Amino acid sequence: MVNSKYFLLGLKSLAGGRSPAVALATSFIALGAIFKHSGFNLEQSVASSFFTYALPGQLVMTESYLIGASLINIFISVWLVNFRFYPMTVALMPALHHKNQPRWKYYISCHFLAVSSWLIMKEGYKKIDKRFRLDYWIGIGSGTLTSAVLSTTFGYLISDYLSNDLMIALGIVNPVYFLCMMVGAMTNIKTTVAIVVGGILGPIFYLFTPEWSILISGFIGGSLAFLIKEKK
Amino acid sequence: MSYSIAIIILVTSVATYISRLLGVLTSERLSSKSKVFDWFNYVAYSILAALMVRMIIFPNGALQDAEISSRIIVTIICLSVFVLTKKNLVIPTILSFLLLTIFVLGV
Repeated sequence: MVNSKYFLLGLKSLAGGRSPAVALATSFIALGAIFKHSGFNLEQSVASSFFTYALPGQLVMTESYLIGASLINIFISVWLVNFRFYPMTVALMPALHHKNQPRWKYYISCHFLAVSSWLIMKEGYKKIDKRFRLDYWIGIGSGTLTSAVLSTTFGYLISDYLSNDLMIALGIVNPVYFLCMMVGAMTNIKTTVAIVVGGILGPIFYLFTPEWSILISGFIGGSLAFLIKEKK
Repeated sequence: MSYSIAIIILVTSVATYISRLLGVLTSERLSSKSKVFDWFNYVAYSILAALMVRMIIFPNGALQDAEISSRIIVTIICLSVFVLTKKNLVIPTILSFLLLTIFVLGV
């Protein structure tokens, strides 16, 4: 069903100098503490990280719950904030296609898609035998999802010991980690343009339209990068 | 009226999974060598960059309480360390936490 050699290889990406574990842990520890303070119980907090597994969406959910938003409002705001997964999935799955892999594995394993797993996979998939890329992906995803769930549990349990100062400092780790990965991905002019333009436009558009700013910036930055002619 | 937390978690999970599943369905007939794949690739990178810079400049949650100058300084130092350490990710991540703690405590 899943090739164990490649599964373990994917899982191993959680160890070593490029590990996303620290960044994942800090942000989900903070999330666990936020859940506790918002009145969720431990089972609900764990279930949220396991079934949603998308930090910005989970924060939107918690805020919406606290202000008593309607279900349809929650659905729309979460869908919008997590819509980035759509282009991310399209930009990854074709590289994992192989005729020997059953379809259901794609439908289930897309749940592992998050910024961390996506960046690791994009960085490393070319070195993996095409037949087993999906199994490698499942290994990465199982590792990152498990880290997220365990960290949520830990954060929930120690929330009383997390001062506001600590919560502030935990908040910077995740964006810094991913910005480093972005800089690491800037190996050609097109990707560099996509990342730099998106990074500049994101906060500018946020001033005018907070909900749409990320998607609009990404659309513009990505399209500009796509149109650039690369020197051969 | 307020809904039960379980239903809210379910709605959030479905709203999130839809985008992932739609992505799989769209990509079923897409080759990784096609132009459409290329375009999605750059858009995805650009979206992530927009999100991460936005999280530093206009953060949600506790990070708002740190001065914007301290957030930007910490980010620049950590990105430089990342480049100088030949792309080690663990060192700048831990450093970002320590540096911002120092800023926040005003040591």
